[in-house]
Amino acid sequence: MPALDELDAAYRAIKKDREFLKELSQLQETYIGRPTPLYFSKRLTDYLGGARIYLKREDLAHTGAHKINNAIGQALLAKKMGKKRLIAETGAGQHGVATATGAALTGLECEIYMGSDDIARQSLNVFRMKLLGARVVEVSTGSRTLKDAINEGLRDWTTNVRTTHYVMGTVFGPHPFPSMVRDFQSVIGREAKKQILKAEGRLPDYLIACVGGGSNSIGLFNDFLGDHGVRMIGVEAGGKGIDSGEHAARFAGGSVGVLQGAKSYLLQDENGNVLGTHSVSAGLDYASVGPEHAHLRDTGRVKYTYACDEEALKAFELLSRTEGIIPALESAHAVSEASKLAPGLPKDQIIIVNLSGRGDKDVQHVARIKGIEL
Amino acid sequence: MSRIGKKFRDLKKSGRKAFIPYIMTGHPDIARTRRLIHILEDSGADIIELGVPFSDPLADGPTIQQAAQTALQQGVTLRSVIEFVGGIRNVTQIPIILMTYYNPVFKYGEERFAADAARAGVDGVIIPDLPPDEAGTLIKHSRAHGLDTIFLLAPTSTAPRIERVTKASTGFIYYVSITGITGSKLSMDLSIESHIAAIREKSGTPIAVGFGISTPEEAAAVSRFADGVIVGSAIVKQAGRPDEEIRDYLNSLREAIR
Repeated sequence: MPALDELDAAYRAIKKDREFLKELSQLQETYIGRPTPLYFSKRLTDYLGGARIYLKREDLAHTGAHKINNAIGQALLAKKMGKKRLIAETGAGQHGVATATGAALTGLECEIYMGSDDIARQSLNVFRMKLLGARVVEVSTGSRTLKDAINEGLRDWTTNVRTTHYVMGTVFGPHPFPSMVRDFQSVIGREAKKQILKAEGRLPDYLIACVGGGSNSIGLFNDFLGDHGVRMIGVEAGGKGIDSGEHAARFAGGSVGVLQGAKSYLLQDENGNVLGTHSVSAGLDYASVGPEHAHLRDTGRVKYTYACDEEALKAFELLSRTEGIIPALESAHAVSEASKLAPGLPKDQIIIVNLSGRGDKDVQHVARIKGIEL
Repeated sequence: MSRIGKKFRDLKKSGRKAFIPYIMTGHPDIARTRRLIHILEDSGADIIELGVPFSDPLADGPTIQQAAQTALQQGVTLRSVIEFVGGIRNVTQIPIILMTYYNPVFKYGEERFAADAARAGVDGVIIPDLPPDEAGTLIKHSRAHGLDTIFLLAPTSTAPRIERVTKASTGFIYYVSITGITGSKLSMDLSIESHIAAIREKSGTPIAVGFGISTPEEAAAVSRFADGVIVGSAIVKQAGRPDEEIRDYLNSLREAIR
């Protein structure tokens, strides 16, 4: 608790600190490469034959995913707080790579906790983290995925709280993490709004983003929440289907619970133990979801649905072939939803899909699924 | 006054300190847990902390994590732990505290939990991932049913936090001797002693110290300034060993705590 109080106070202070905000915005421009483009996806639009589809190209941000927006923000904050060391959990490895990058940029030590199942399916990102000077700690307890990596990260933080900042990678965990991570990610939606107004002269009809913990989706949605004509869809991982029990669709298959300092929808049994999850994409393979998403779901502001592994894999190939963009498997869940929605909409409707990350990290994994030796 | 409160009062009268061992319910199996409770009481334990297994034990080190896994595989749940306590109350009246994480209690229902646990003969509850700030409902129902609520303080706790925790705690206050998880190496820090002295100025509630205590020497050092000494992981590690070996170890701890 004292660590959270300390972090909350520090974050409140820097939020209003002109110098900090200037430094962050300079890094966003010159280091991350912001603003990322909003790309009109003409060939995909023509292929689906309905609404106009735009892609918010977070895959073009430095390190290849939206995770860098938050990691750089928190690394700067940690430096200001006088911390010597960054730790983080990672699922797909994107947040781990982003944190390792933030640590290299600010000259802090870095350790990344990663489930052993995820290490196996994301070996490329493991090596990237090591190249960036981070130590990758294998977590082989529990389900050996993201949830367990967070447990280990939090245990480390409890132990080394005086010197270490825990870089939570998503809009989860205890306060102030969910709102702090949202704030660092909401640059996505701020840019997208300006860009779509410039391109189309009006706001979009739909926003679509995948939801693991929920940081890229909150990042896109946040600035549009007050625009009532803009509908929003969050796409969870349907895994092998809801009935199979092997999925990470917390809204479709979970109930309210408390895990890792946050109260939200949770995949759990009747005794309150957390259930194992499954998704083809490591970044969505998580038993709970950011508490703000639970709120947006309960108020009806955002609709949540899911895409199954097979649908995501189909969308992965569809976008690669129609647009020459290989999406991350996580983002492919959002593309899948767009490909279901667009054909039934009039051609003057506009959809923005958050392409939260690029798919290079998944190429080996997809080849393995297709039975191809590389 | 609760059974825990009476225990500390009696100990204080006779100038002794509490020995509070922790074991995980259902590790290695439930029959062994029943036997261990008998051995613990026999070896001079004053209060017993019973662990409730949880899938994601954030505050625990590898020893208790593994013990929890073993217990979960045998189907031990919060409900079955409460029933278990009910089942041993005809043979022992030793104060029993459940150490559980919040989600099982939340799922069970806080009011029903307080009622069922108290009826079964549970005396108190420790929930390491529930700070008093979020515990209003649980405290209310626990008070109504006479269940003690024990909250945690750590070396990093600030004055406002100390005030909040001392106000919310009944029975005793659990002082975590290190920043870290259960079963870590204890680095006895002189500042703990002065920190505890500062807490005493705010509250007359007894203070027991735990996390990382495994040897009789450590237990002796802690018992100089604490009202009670909690030993967990070190006992859990030995849960499956022959009775005599465990008795020897428990006796050495008991003798050290004075």
